[in-house]
Amino acid sequence: MTGTHAPLLTIAVYRAAGPVVEGEAVMSTEGFSPRYDLDRWTGVISKPGHRLEGISIRDKILFFPTAKGGIAAGWAFHDIKGKGIAPKAFVFGVTNPVMVQGAIFADIAITEGWSPDPLSVLQSGDWVRVDPPRRVIELLRRAPAR
Amino acid sequence: MQLNDEERAMQRGDRGAAVKEAIDFQIAVGSFFGARRFVPISNAHMMGDIEVMGDAGLSRLKQMADAGTHCAVGITTNARCIDFAWVKRLEQVEDEVEKERQIIAHLRQMNVITADTCINYQTLYQPHLGEHVAWGDTGTVIYANSVFGARTNFEGGPSALASAITGRTPEYGFHLDAVRRGNFTVELDVDPTDLADWGAIGRLVGEPHQSYYAVPVFSGPGGTPLQRSPTSDELKHLGASLASYGSHAMFHMVGVTPEALSVEAALGGNTPTDRMRITRADIDRMYASYDVKDGRCNLVVFSAPQLSLFELKRISELLDGRKVATGSKLFVTTSNAMKRSATELGYIGRIEAAGGIVLEGVCFYILQDLTPMKQRMGWTSLVTNSAKLVNTITAHRFNTILRRTEDCIETALTGDVK
Repeated sequence: MTGTHAPLLTIAVYRAAGPVVEGEAVMSTEGFSPRYDLDRWTGVISKPGHRLEGISIRDKILFFPTAKGGIAAGWAFHDIKGKGIAPKAFVFGVTNPVMVQGAIFADIAITEGWSPDPLSVLQSGDWVRVDPPRRVIELLRRAPAR
Repeated sequence: MQLNDEERAMQRGDRGAAVKEAIDFQIAVGSFFGARRFVPISNAHMMGDIEVMGDAGLSRLKQMADAGTHCAVGITTNARCIDFAWVKRLEQVEDEVEKERQIIAHLRQMNVITADTCINYQTLYQPHLGEHVAWGDTGTVIYANSVFGARTNFEGGPSALASAITGRTPEYGFHLDAVRRGNFTVELDVDPTDLADWGAIGRLVGEPHQSYYAVPVFSGPGGTPLQRSPTSDELKHLGASLASYGSHAMFHMVGVTPEALSVEAALGGNTPTDRMRITRADIDRMYASYDVKDGRCNLVVFSAPQLSLFELKRISELLDGRKVATGSKLFVTTSNAMKRSATELGYIGRIEAAGGIVLEGVCFYILQDLTPMKQRMGWTSLVTNSAKLVNTITAHRFNTILRRTEDCIETALTGDVK
């Protein structure tokens, strides 16, 4: 229902791979590792004190400034997809190769680098489209007012 | 990416479906990073265990093995999640144990050496300056790039395996000269005296510079060489911690690592984005920052990375003739080969006589069924001399406390943490 409307806002990304997806944005000011931060059996961020502690990543578009660690993502993204708890896309400011290898292996959209900084223009709950072939992220509608 | 004749043949499927699938995956990854070509590799090291792969990964691996997939270059496995001798005592789920056995069988069928170690660089394979390899975990990568001057990116399990199948890796990241140059400096105005001190330095440097492309250049005060040349185990703990907290894949150390004859040489023309200085007070502040809760702790772990023979010897000496406190557990993890040698030398006997548990072929934070184990055992706090472990185990909701090796032993013997 949103796909035909002009985006409210466009963010350019520098590198991208994977399918075009739409979903609810989850914004984090803290980096991410599936090993350190995620309960890989429930899909909930479980690291005590993580800025997203208690939040499920399932079907979300996840925005992280950096990648933490870690070799685990190589298999772990494929695993959480198999378990039905994977996000639709990972959007990183700076990532590392394993996140990219893992996302491509699992056929999950992933991007790196951005302009403008999504934290300055988006908020959690916004509905966005990640379009790797066009290297853009588009805001389709704002989060409902709370 | 520009492909040569051999790579085009692989892409066409002339070398079989498994090779085509591997190179297609590598081309997708290489294209993401703007790699212009492949470089040949001489060795690979991969993570592959049921804890991280899950049923989906096992199924994928079975398909590959059944299709006759064969690794073309030497490849070894990283630490896994099960020590088969300890399954019953740790109450790990039998179904998962059986899956781990299947993974090992599939990997061997594909010509993978299941060595199950994260210290391959100390025990199995020491690449030379400029040698391209495809390694993971991160501790192996940062050691290869920094200490040996070899060239590798962080390679996840599927990616390292693909590299071994095709015998090459896309040329991006730390395969390139420009990425390997240092971009900030760290003066160590301290003589670290324990492995935990080195890990603490890794956290102090890595945490505020969290980026794969951040490459610190270590020196003594004023860019001089360090007061004392560090040992392999010390560099191991520094590197593992930098990789964990900072996602770093490389560091330079003046007078120690081969691409750092001086600070200027290591920077290679880069202007440092930051200049840090670390003192004893910084390290002590970090130790003081951990929350010891009620001052009791019934879990002490020496792991991450697996212990070398030298580390096993030291732990055995510190425990000699003493006893782990009733109700407490002390875990040590090492490789299969190191455990054999340490058994011959009497170190393992001494650790076990004190009540310590020595696991082989595994690393503590990836143990299968760790969260239920934690609940069953009543573990809340975890004391360790590994800064990496403090960081990597957090998803299991431990209250982690970094302490120097002798302080860890005291906690194991008394149940008290100060």
